[in-house]
Amino acid sequence: MPMDEVALDHGHHSHDHKPGFFARWFFSTNHKDIGTLYLIFSLIAGVVGYSLSGLIRWELAEPGIGPMLWIQTTFFGLEGDAAVAAAKHFYNVVITYHGLVMIFFMVMPALIGGFGNWFVPLMIGAPDMAFPRMNNISFWLTVAAFILAVLSMMVPGGSAGNGFGGGWTLYPPLSGSTGHPGPSMDLLILSLHTAGIASILGAINFIVTILNMRAPGMTLHKMPLFAWGMLITAVLLLLALPVLAGALTMLLTDRNFGSQFFVPAGGGDPVMFQHLFWFFGHPEVYIMILPAFGIISHIVSTFSKKPIFGYLGMAYAMVSIGVIGFVVWAHHMYTVGMNVDLKAYFVAATMVIAVPTGIKIFSWIATMWGGSIEFKLPMLWAIGFIFLFTVGGVTGVVLANAGIDHSLHDTYYVVAHFHYVLSLGAVFGLFAGWYYWFEKMFGIKYNSFLGGLHFWLMFVGSNVLFFPQHFLGLQGMPRRYIDYADGFATWHHWSSIGYAITLVATLVFFVSLAVAFIQRRKATVDAHGHGNPWGEGATTLEWTLPSPPPFHQYNELPVVTTKGGH
Amino acid sequence: MLAGPAFAAEPVDGAINMQPAATRIAERVHEFHNVLLVIITAITLLVLALLIWIVIRYNQKANKVSRKFSHNTTIEIVWTVVPALILVGIAGLSFPNLFYQNVTPNLGQIVATSKQLLAEGKSAEHQAFTRNYFPDAAEEGFVNVKIQGNQWNWTYTYPDIVDETGEAVEFVSNGIHKGRASDPTDGLRLLTTDYPMVVPANRYIRFYTAAADVIHSWAVPAFAIKVDAIPGRLNEGWFLVKEPGVYYGQCSELCGVDHAYMPIEVRVVPQAQFDAWAELMKAGDFDGAAASVRQIASAETETKFASN
Repeated sequence: MPMDEVALDHGHHSHDHKPGFFARWFFSTNHKDIGTLYLIFSLIAGVVGYSLSGLIRWELAEPGIGPMLWIQTTFFGLEGDAAVAAAKHFYNVVITYHGLVMIFFMVMPALIGGFGNWFVPLMIGAPDMAFPRMNNISFWLTVAAFILAVLSMMVPGGSAGNGFGGGWTLYPPLSGSTGHPGPSMDLLILSLHTAGIASILGAINFIVTILNMRAPGMTLHKMPLFAWGMLITAVLLLLALPVLAGALTMLLTDRNFGSQFFVPAGGGDPVMFQHLFWFFGHPEVYIMILPAFGIISHIVSTFSKKPIFGYLGMAYAMVSIGVIGFVVWAHHMYTVGMNVDLKAYFVAATMVIAVPTGIKIFSWIATMWGGSIEFKLPMLWAIGFIFLFTVGGVTGVVLANAGIDHSLHDTYYVVAHFHYVLSLGAVFGLFAGWYYWFEKMFGIKYNSFLGGLHFWLMFVGSNVLFFPQHFLGLQGMPRRYIDYADGFATWHHWSSIGYAITLVATLVFFVSLAVAFIQRRKATVDAHGHGNPWGEGATTLEWTLPSPPPFHQYNELPVVTTKGGH
Repeated sequence: MLAGPAFAAEPVDGAINMQPAATRIAERVHEFHNVLLVIITAITLLVLALLIWIVIRYNQKANKVSRKFSHNTTIEIVWTVVPALILVGIAGLSFPNLFYQNVTPNLGQIVATSKQLLAEGKSAEHQAFTRNYFPDAAEEGFVNVKIQGNQWNWTYTYPDIVDETGEAVEFVSNGIHKGRASDPTDGLRLLTTDYPMVVPANRYIRFYTAAADVIHSWAVPAFAIKVDAIPGRLNEGWFLVKEPGVYYGQCSELCGVDHAYMPIEVRVVPQAQFDAWAELMKAGDFDGAAASVRQIASAETETKFASN
């Protein structure tokens, strides 16, 4: 049996035997290689999603329909009113796929598939994930889902052109056969089903790995916070995604087989879709941020050379965020005409989430308090994360109040809010993790100067990009508009300037990657022979391994005796 | 564009806060939002100050050896309980606000309460009561409007204003700009309509929203109103505007290609001007009716003031 051969191989020959290129990268069952594949994948998807947002900001830099019309006339040979209609539809397609690609194919694969696969086994002292071959299928299904999503942009959507232009929330009837009769929406449903299956399989893998494969002595209450974040994320995925799958299936049968789940003429209810969608969609936002919470905790602790303050509080704050996250979904739907008592409930439940979130922010600050802090690159991203997530968090408290949300719902205030917690929260967490573990994953050092430049440009750029959107939203600028009244021009213009700054930042990031891989400066080996560039503060198990770690690690399981991991 | 007492609310370039409030609902939202803004700014600045202090005081050079504490029960209780209390305070402001705007007022009760307070000589209470409730308007009853969202315009129906054949006044309101080369150059771009919605000032307006095709959302920022228009549902809302004027809003739920091109223009006019408009509408003279509200009469003097 091949399995036995592999085992023998390791027992008797090279400790670090790797399969050939094709077998290694295409049939991979190794958690680190799959993690790397996920990271490469999310870099590619990130470029796609980020380019789409570039189209958005290019279009909105000035009033009137500009670049979208130019694209239709130049590349598709359309003219006159037909070109205008196609431009408007194209804009809706761009915002829709920007959201979907960033959520399902950039943030989730990077944080969960990438860092989760790489570091959950390393941190808990496991040789690999519990189901290595299921891990492989999770990755390749994600790739298939992405290809389906890209294809769906290129086939007929509505009457005005290709692609689905109904927003990432997919609300029927606009996503139904009346709104978008073409095959685009069907392909998109298939894509999200596939991505959902991939995530559910991944979630099962993480839950089983974390619950069963921790090193001897590592109780749940000694487990590193990143693993805690991943465990909660995986549970949320497992509970939330099937609900999305159900809603999508009903939408699919509504569109193709005459069922009328969301068709009022047949006794269905479009608002029911919104309830199902947000029952998934709200936990989804925590799915995107909890792994980042874990990463930030480790970075803050490492560079402060202090243990994490209030470890148990931090872990259970994440648990309670996960639990409460399931009972607040309708705060996305305050304007649909819900009963006022129901709204009052969702206001109260939503605001409760601010308490555990506050615990996390203050505990990170307390971890730094009294520390001897090195402001290395990952720490800059982590501090940036803490501040920007606070800004995004407090505007969430404003929006939680249905009375105010009636004014701000579906305006740029909401856009600013969720980009502060995601684009500046999750993405800053992602880059923090990227630089924190870069040397560990790739065995080479990043370029500090270029990395620093990347951080500062990104910090300034994304604030210039998103902060003015609060003003736009307060003035009443609705979301998902290709054009706007002239009274919104100034802040839209600033927002686009902010995007240009982040574009430079992104180019610097890719240059820094190229430089790191060309220079190939050897990773640090500390006095103990460990691949640990961060010194005494880095206490989790991955830092006891060489950089990069061997193809298979922990042939002898590490035994956790002290309060390892935090 | 606009002169005299005729009030207007539209997006203002470079503005950083909400449009001026035209309804009591919006005033209360602004008051609440101003309180929240202070709280969230204070919290953000606290976090920022702590981070700056950490950077100064606890950097490697300033603090060579890190302390090793990882627990402090007192502070953990404080930062759990204090935010919770702040949130309870916010909720205390939030709920009355929510119920005020979400529950369509009982006009009979408003009239009765007002009369009772006056009869008991409680003038202070009466004054407080009339900040939020409007007994004079309540005596007049509701003006009912049905608002239907279509791809991509709005149909307004006034079920109580019927012509001699029994047909209710009903018209379709289109934005005059469509992002096309043929767009007119006058009017506020993306805001002005051909036939605006017209309602009387100082009257309780009760509206119902519905949709013909996909979901739309009827929103006017100056009223602090946003109610989705959903196929198969009838959603209800209310407002009362004191100042005659022109108020603009835009569709606020993605509804397809021309989502950005189905604006909402509400012309709030004195009762007499509204009645005149209604007569023209009943006679089928839509253009004449629209022209009759291009200039909005001042509520007090009935003098005509130039509007846009």
